Amino acid sequence: MRRSLTATILVYAAVAVFAMSVLAPVAWLFVMSISTANDLTTIPLRWIPEQPDFSRYARLFSLEEGSAGLAFLSALRNSVIVAVSATAIALAAGIPAAYSFSRFSGRMPLLYAVIVTYMMPPVALILPLYKVFSALGLLNNVTSLIIVYCTILLPFVTWLMKSGFHSVPVEIEQAASIDGANLFQIMTRITLPVAAASTGAAALFALLLAWDEFFYALLYTSDTRAKTLPVAIADFAAGRATDYGLISAVGLLAALPPVLIGFFLQKSLLSGLSAGGVKG
Amino acid sequence: MAPAQQDRTAWLLLTPMISIMVLVTAFPLLNTLWLAFTDAGLTGQGYVWQWIGLENFAYILDDSDFRAAVGRTAYFTVISVSAEVVLGVLVALLLNQEFKGRTLVRALLILPWALPTIVNAVMWRLIYNPEYGSLNALLTQIGLLDAYRSWLGDPATAMNMVILADIWKNYPLIALIALAGLQTVPKDLYEAAIMDGANAWTRFWKITLPGIMGALSVAMVLRAIEAFKVFDIFYVMTRGGPADSTKTVSFFVYQESFTYLRAGSGAAYALTVTAMSALMIAIYVVLLVRREKRS
Repeated sequence: MRRSLTATILVYAAVAVFAMSVLAPVAWLFVMSISTANDLTTIPLRWIPEQPDFSRYARLFSLEEGSAGLAFLSALRNSVIVAVSATAIALAAGIPAAYSFSRFSGRMPLLYAVIVTYMMPPVALILPLYKVFSALGLLNNVTSLIIVYCTILLPFVTWLMKSGFHSVPVEIEQAASIDGANLFQIMTRITLPVAAASTGAAALFALLLAWDEFFYALLYTSDTRAKTLPVAIADFAAGRATDYGLISAVGLLAALPPVLIGFFLQKSLLSGLSAGGVKG
Repeated sequence: MAPAQQDRTAWLLLTPMISIMVLVTAFPLLNTLWLAFTDAGLTGQGYVWQWIGLENFAYILDDSDFRAAVGRTAYFTVISVSAEVVLGVLVALLLNQEFKGRTLVRALLILPWALPTIVNAVMWRLIYNPEYGSLNALLTQIGLLDAYRSWLGDPATAMNMVILADIWKNYPLIALIALAGLQTVPKDLYEAAIMDGANAWTRFWKITLPGIMGALSVAMVLRAIEAFKVFDIFYVMTRGGPADSTKTVSFFVYQESFTYLRAGSGAAYALTVTAMSALMIAIYVVLLVRREKRS
């Protein structure tokens, strides 16, 4: 069907408004990160800084005692450790579980119970976990966050991988079984390689979920030894002598890995989204 | 494999997951349940506690502050989720049109979705800032506003401004889901409808919307469950203020437990919040079961 000229113009105008509305806030965050306080307080506001100032980014990569850089870099380290370890554990336990749900019928109520716990508000668990970690001396320790994040990542990975395994034909497994392969060999040499794409997607989604988590991290960490990026960013934003440019720079840097992963995931996004990868 | 052996293998494969979930979820949940019937505090080694039966819950029933927090959370959930659905469907319809650079423009939807929640909150707090903020600058420069305002410092505007920030981050997800749904609606249905003389409005309500409703309803319930738990964005943008005007239920439990250090009543509030979420979670599971049966 041909569109009239007016309709075409309207479509392009609406697309432009949409693109602006998505890009403008993030662009502003970047402008703030390279503007001096002077540029930002001028009325009327100077939208493009007179002299771009990249010093915040330099400051964030210095390791001096008590500096913003130290807070940022240790938070970055903690975030990476927590996200990667929690994802590894979730995959190690979630893959066999998903395989079991996918290949052996029954036990569906158990699967739904797992999903329910994933949906449950974290406030239902925070007090006892706090007490246990405090008794074990694990408060302000990345280990406690790794353990807690399993409650979020494991149900998610299980659910996502279950549908991933569904798309692997049972026949090729049966053929391998007739050739004498045992279950472990079938899983690691046949099913997982065939389902590699969904395994990769599940891992990346799990990383994103862990990277984004804030509530537990806020409650169970207290200094640079364990604070993750979201908590460090909230600290930067709450400080009294606030340098807005610095906060913007931290935010942009923290957003970079998940945004890149997000674009990379674009194709498998939808299966993940409908499986509940929408924390926030 | 024999059925008995199959059963054993199935359970064996589930063992790591079940062990972790029992330790980190089931056990703490039961512990919260017990705490809610005590007057335990949070400080010190172990709990010093006394069984006080339903006293905590009786108090909650009478607590107008908590009722107000429930009201605010419900307001946040209803307004942001419905706005996200409407905006998401509209943008999906737009991006389903043919225009140059469509793939690239569609990819833009990923940006707000992938932006960490905390970064989104910080970003909008800076945009709303009373002195530096670009919103004030923009509105005054185009003549809609006489003087700079403190958007988050005014109880009359704070909640809605946070909702706006939440919508910006979360509607693209709904748009992505709706867009995928649109691809599954058969083209010949539209052609037949046009032959029958149905206009665009009728085609939307009779063909498009029913076609994407399945995926959309799952996404909607999921968003509502998440929105009801909201904490991060308020923590960064308003800390529940000004004058408690943005204090949601998660914030309420957080303060009761970790500011006033009352584990007993904190647990009782937490369970009450969980029970409210349970209703939405039940709807979600029903939708999942129905979808599973169909496939």
